Amino acid sequence: MSDTTVTANTNQGAAEPSRFLVPGEYHVPQGTLLGFWIYLMSDCLIFASLFATYGVLGRNYAGGPSGADIFELPLVALNTTFLLISSITYGFAVLQMQQNKLRGTMLWLVITGLFGAAFIGVELYEFIGLINEGAGPQRSGFLTAFFSLVGTHGLHVTFGLVWMVTLLLQLKKHGLIHENKRRVFCLSMFWHFLDVVWIGVFTFVYLMGVLPA
Amino acid sequence: MSDHHDDHHNEEFPHSSFRGYMIGFVLSVILTVIPFWLVMANVISSSAATAVVILGFAVVQIVVHMVYFLHMNFQSQGGWNMLSLIFTSILVLITIFGSLWVMYHMNVNMMPSMMGDMQG
Repeated sequence: MSDTTVTANTNQGAAEPSRFLVPGEYHVPQGTLLGFWIYLMSDCLIFASLFATYGVLGRNYAGGPSGADIFELPLVALNTTFLLISSITYGFAVLQMQQNKLRGTMLWLVITGLFGAAFIGVELYEFIGLINEGAGPQRSGFLTAFFSLVGTHGLHVTFGLVWMVTLLLQLKKHGLIHENKRRVFCLSMFWHFLDVVWIGVFTFVYLMGVLPA
Repeated sequence: MSDHHDDHHNEEFPHSSFRGYMIGFVLSVILTVIPFWLVMANVISSSAATAVVILGFAVVQIVVHMVYFLHMNFQSQGGWNMLSLIFTSILVLITIFGSLWVMYHMNVNMMPSMMGDMQG
């Protein structure tokens, strides 16, 4: 840890501004939250490339099945519901945390995690069904792009779940200390961000995929 | 850690409200149900028109999520959050629409033998 030299900007007409030493490192207020936000923005670019790939390859069926043949919209609607509900339940966890209620925070985090796990379960069911039908990622350019985009989103949700379990353990051990509050906020941004990406997925991939050409 | 520090840290995080989350949730549900209904019930006969409409709903819903769930505004982090978001959005738009634009023209102009197939 290094100390910080602060230059006082006094307007007293002094030839040289006075300088003094502040013990401890200088921290930008909310530096971690800003840094995490910038990470999410870089993640955005990964998804942008995958969306662009899907946009270019999405109609290259190579004689295989099209989106209208394989997408089951009721299943997608169910998944969308799970993710949307998990967003609001995470919001409730944050609200409980603001009132310094540990049990409430953990309870809502567990509920959020269950909805996230349900989302992953339905997605895996869909993927396994597709692969068993012979519509795996190696079948056509369309399916490669589809599995890359939706799979990357699913992996993000999976890692979000791992993080949620870790956070629950830390909350149980240390309670609502400042560091844990910061972690809850970072995961909240991650979780809501994944919901934003899912809006793009269900619109651009699923809904537009089943529209008759 | 001194009391002063604790006070400072508690004010560090953005404040959310129950009302804000509920407004965001209700708007999201409406903005999700309408595009699903439009596609599943075949409300608009033209596919192109449906696509434009549901993309419009998606953009609105993304903004709703940004405002009500991610608490995006011009004040947080001294505006740096918003600045990085605007910068990233521009890059995202260039990546997606640039790719589609370039690849479409490559497809049309570089493979004249396939033109007949594509129009057929």
